[in-house]
Amino acid sequence: MQLNKSLQSGFTLLLNGVLTLIVMFCFTTLILLVAGAPPLAAYYHIFKGSLGSWITFGHVIKTWIPLTLCSAGLIYTFRIGLWNIGVEGQIMMGAVFSTALLRWGADWNQPFGVIGLAFAAGIAGGAIWAIIAGFLKTKGGVNEIFAGLGLNFVAQGFILWLIFGPWRRPGVASMSGTEPFPYQLWLSTWPGLRIAPAGLALAIGAVLLTALILKYTRVGLNLKAIGNNAQAARLFGLNPQRNMILAMLLAGGLAGLAGNIQVTGVYHRLLPAISSNYGYLALMVVMLSNYNIWAAPLVALFFACLNVGSIQLPMVLRLDSSLSGVIQGSLVLATLAVQAWRVKRNK
Amino acid sequence: MRIELQDIHKYYGPVRANNGISLTVAPGEIHGILGENGAGKSTLMKILTGFIHATQGSILINASPVKFQNPAQSSQLGIGMLYQDPLDFPLMTVLDNFMLGLTDGLSVETDQFRDKLKELATSFGFQINPDIPVQRLTIGERQQLEIVRLLVLGIEVLVLDEPTTGISEVQKRLLFQALKKLAADGKSVILVSHKLEDVETLCDRVTVLRYGAVTGAMESPFDTEELLKMMFGAPPAQPLRKAAQLGASVLEMKQVYASGGRAGLEDCNLTFREGEMIGLAGLEGSGQGVFLRVASGVQKPSLGEITLRGSRIKGGDYSAFKYAGTAFLPASRLEEGLIPGLTMTEHYALQNKNSKFLIPWTQAYQQAKERIKLFRIKGKPQTFAHALSGGNQQRLLLSFLPDKPKLLLLENPTRGLDLESAHWVWQRLCNYADQKVCIVFASSELDEILMVADRILVFFDGRIIKDVKSDETDADELGRAIAGKSD
Amino acid sequence: MISDLNLTILFASVIAGAAPVVLAAIGETITEKAGIINLSLDGTILLSAMTAFAVAFETDSLMLGFGAAGIVGACVAGIVALFSIYLGQSQVAVGFVLTLMCRDLAYFLGNPYSRLQGPQASPLPLPFLKEIPFFGSVFCNHNLPVYLSLVLIFISWMYIYRTSYGLKLRSVGENPAASYVRGINPRKIQLAYTLCGGFLVGISGAVFSLAIKPGWGRPQGCEGVGWIALALVIFGGWHPVRAAAGAYFFSFLQVIGIYGQSWLPSVPAQVFQVAPFPLMIFTLALMHLAQKETVLSWTEEKAWIRTLIRMFSGTAPQSLGKPYQTD
Repeated sequence: MQLNKSLQSGFTLLLNGVLTLIVMFCFTTLILLVAGAPPLAAYYHIFKGSLGSWITFGHVIKTWIPLTLCSAGLIYTFRIGLWNIGVEGQIMMGAVFSTALLRWGADWNQPFGVIGLAFAAGIAGGAIWAIIAGFLKTKGGVNEIFAGLGLNFVAQGFILWLIFGPWRRPGVASMSGTEPFPYQLWLSTWPGLRIAPAGLALAIGAVLLTALILKYTRVGLNLKAIGNNAQAARLFGLNPQRNMILAMLLAGGLAGLAGNIQVTGVYHRLLPAISSNYGYLALMVVMLSNYNIWAAPLVALFFACLNVGSIQLPMVLRLDSSLSGVIQGSLVLATLAVQAWRVKRNK
Repeated sequence: MRIELQDIHKYYGPVRANNGISLTVAPGEIHGILGENGAGKSTLMKILTGFIHATQGSILINASPVKFQNPAQSSQLGIGMLYQDPLDFPLMTVLDNFMLGLTDGLSVETDQFRDKLKELATSFGFQINPDIPVQRLTIGERQQLEIVRLLVLGIEVLVLDEPTTGISEVQKRLLFQALKKLAADGKSVILVSHKLEDVETLCDRVTVLRYGAVTGAMESPFDTEELLKMMFGAPPAQPLRKAAQLGASVLEMKQVYASGGRAGLEDCNLTFREGEMIGLAGLEGSGQGVFLRVASGVQKPSLGEITLRGSRIKGGDYSAFKYAGTAFLPASRLEEGLIPGLTMTEHYALQNKNSKFLIPWTQAYQQAKERIKLFRIKGKPQTFAHALSGGNQQRLLLSFLPDKPKLLLLENPTRGLDLESAHWVWQRLCNYADQKVCIVFASSELDEILMVADRILVFFDGRIIKDVKSDETDADELGRAIAGKSD
Repeated sequence: MISDLNLTILFASVIAGAAPVVLAAIGETITEKAGIINLSLDGTILLSAMTAFAVAFETDSLMLGFGAAGIVGACVAGIVALFSIYLGQSQVAVGFVLTLMCRDLAYFLGNPYSRLQGPQASPLPLPFLKEIPFFGSVFCNHNLPVYLSLVLIFISWMYIYRTSYGLKLRSVGENPAASYVRGINPRKIQLAYTLCGGFLVGISGAVFSLAIKPGWGRPQGCEGVGWIALALVIFGGWHPVRAAAGAYFFSFLQVIGIYGQSWLPSVPAQVFQVAPFPLMIFTLALMHLAQKETVLSWTEEKAWIRTLIRMFSGTAPQSLGKPYQTD
């Protein structure tokens, strides 16, 4: 009986998944046909460009790290019912704070100490940016979506000012960013793959830690309780506002860490596009993984493959690389539609 | 227009809200429908106006059967309803509210409608400024606007649901004058109320409902005693328990005012003592809910002093109240009391604050298992709160009560429970009372209050209009007070 | 330095630059008046801008370009309406996903049209009127879409506040249950106005690619404007005229930014391009804070601040974001 039931629910889940994928494939194939591109070739190149070789897989992992860090952070804010659209800015400020520290400590001759401090600075940068949005929400009553967006724009403007202003390269200031850091301040990477093991470890660590916090600590339970029914949570002695700030702090800290790794482990300098839209993408990752911390890294891996794989498209098929975004978006929409349709049918 | 309701039944699952109701309203008649909370008045009127459909039975207008798909259809046929909570658009102007649904097309003859509104309003003695937003009107003025609007729609039958709650004495007089004028013009008026006085002064004929069925009808002039008997039934059972020895003062309120609900809370002065069991009677929304929330620190009073166990306390500081030993169980379990999406174990983990950071899951699971057994909740520790039945949700809420509280505040603790469960709940609560805990509960069942409470407060329009020992009163007197007659 | 600044040119360029923002903000105001939030504006504008340019380029017809853009805008809005009204999904979630997806779709499908020379709306000075000093050059020396934006402010206000259709539209956003009792079908109205608002947003995209910033590319230059339009709806207190006023303020900030570059050469140009966005959103946040009790009591003596706050304070439609559920 029990087995039968779980089999049945597993089957429904599978059916939903298959249905979603079919909808997604139909849509993207249609889009490709409209663009006059061979669909199969496009899919093949995305696959080859991401999982085709160890080098490309290395790129996938490099994308996966910040995406996973941000997704893990967003789980906290979604738990308590907040739309932390400001992750993008939180990544940027993490990168800015880290860069500031690395520039400041460049001639200390203490590379490990400086990198360690830069990690702390990155986390602080993201967290501060998130807390500002949090206070605007709890104290000012400003919707967190607009507060976050405004702060994203501010962070973007701030980075541009730094790159073209005080931190500009000697000689020419350009969109290619600041002067790269001295080599000893780069996160060490695995030869050949160019992945920083420290970054990988931090991303995996963040997922595990988030899972543990959500499952075994008061923090996780409190966020969930408030997110589901703030009024009743108050009767259980919880303070919704304080917990909202806490959730923002955790999400911002992880986003800031992602920004730090972008600076120390990937680009080794500050760029205008340092966040690479990973913040917005992470919001979709978490939505698609149904706010589940264990599903998020897998979805993030899939999204990273799409992102990296589609980089090939302009060269091989003369298509724009934004196809990945179309696939990701249609996948999330299809999931929402199939879910809603199922619920409606079961009523 | 002659309205006939024939053998109306309405079932919600096993609940029979209307159980074979028949009545006739003649043209030019003011017909009262009298009954307690839950007697089935509102359901019957919603059926008459097309908001919901009857499970069985038929509606006849001038002897021909009709079927309404939606409220707009019934108003087209001439039946208009004044809802208890005004169904209007608070942020839009009076004139907009008046015109909406009356006009169509690109242009609006604003001036024409303004004149019409003014003319009709003056004919009834109403004074409404057409250019201010409706939210700045009083409830009484919103009613006036709605009546005028319905008349322009051309209705022949006006249904009013508890129209005199929350309006001033002057407005009430105006309203009654207007209704009499309508009746004199040959329109029918149906007045749904629980207030004897209103019905007595206004109606030509009254039908009394109880438990979803008609218990009697009467023509004016009315026999009050007889009406009360129809409304509340035979005198209920005698008290269950002996009054305990009263101890020190637990809760004191001095001139406390608060807003919220339909009537708010006005000028509340009282003292509750240890070991007292206090029942709060009155029609729902007469101030009991606001009172319980203020007394438990969930809501901040707008004025007044609260003293808890001898020391002044700042209103609205829930944790301070909780620390001082109060506990509050709200009536709307899934909205206010429990957290949907959390299992029972998780609820106990939230409740149990022994450890600061880590959650003692095994302990919480054990506690859940024990409590489930002790409180006879039908469910497993991993069952979600929203998946429990209403009765079991109530048991779950009760199981959160601290072991040694000083003041228990409960809102409709036995609503939706079967007899056996209700009895069980009262036994548990009586145990508390024997341990010198002060228990305050609101209930819509008079029988229940008379059976358990030592002291009864009756709320009417936000005020406590009666405060008596339960052995010095009876259902009759309380029924009168609930209906607004305290003497 | 101020002497370089020709007021006539300044105001004329503010009026022209604001045209698409006005269209988008009014479109979204109409949608939100009916109680639906279409968060996808930023993506919709890009997608419709691309569509407008591509269609106008292929057919060499500006009208077809504008029409196609409007239809694309309405289609995206239709998805929001379908998911929220009929499938009961979160409007914010669907809108957000659509924002990202439409943007990527625009870049992807628009790739072949990048940096091509295409048709664009030509100036259409109004005869006689343009001769009026100052006024004529500021208001009557533009192309058709700009006139459209000016006329729309008036028309939308008339429609919303002076017709019975507008009355129904507002009632649905306020209290769908009450409008149902008065014989209105809230879902139908919500669907209709979400589509209508989306159509205007689509036109706004076309104004970018066919008039204000002619052509297509990645980036097109209208990125972020959708978010501004969304913020303007709140800033304007859900009133079309006030939202339009906000759009002119935003356009003013953008134009000033261009002058600013010559005034403050030490500050990089990019900063001036980005600055109007946070400025706009934080103005909104300030307006919001200003409506708090504590601030209101602080402004007790400062009459002009109070008037300013009053002018721009408005209340959201009561059932905004909560789709009407029949039971």
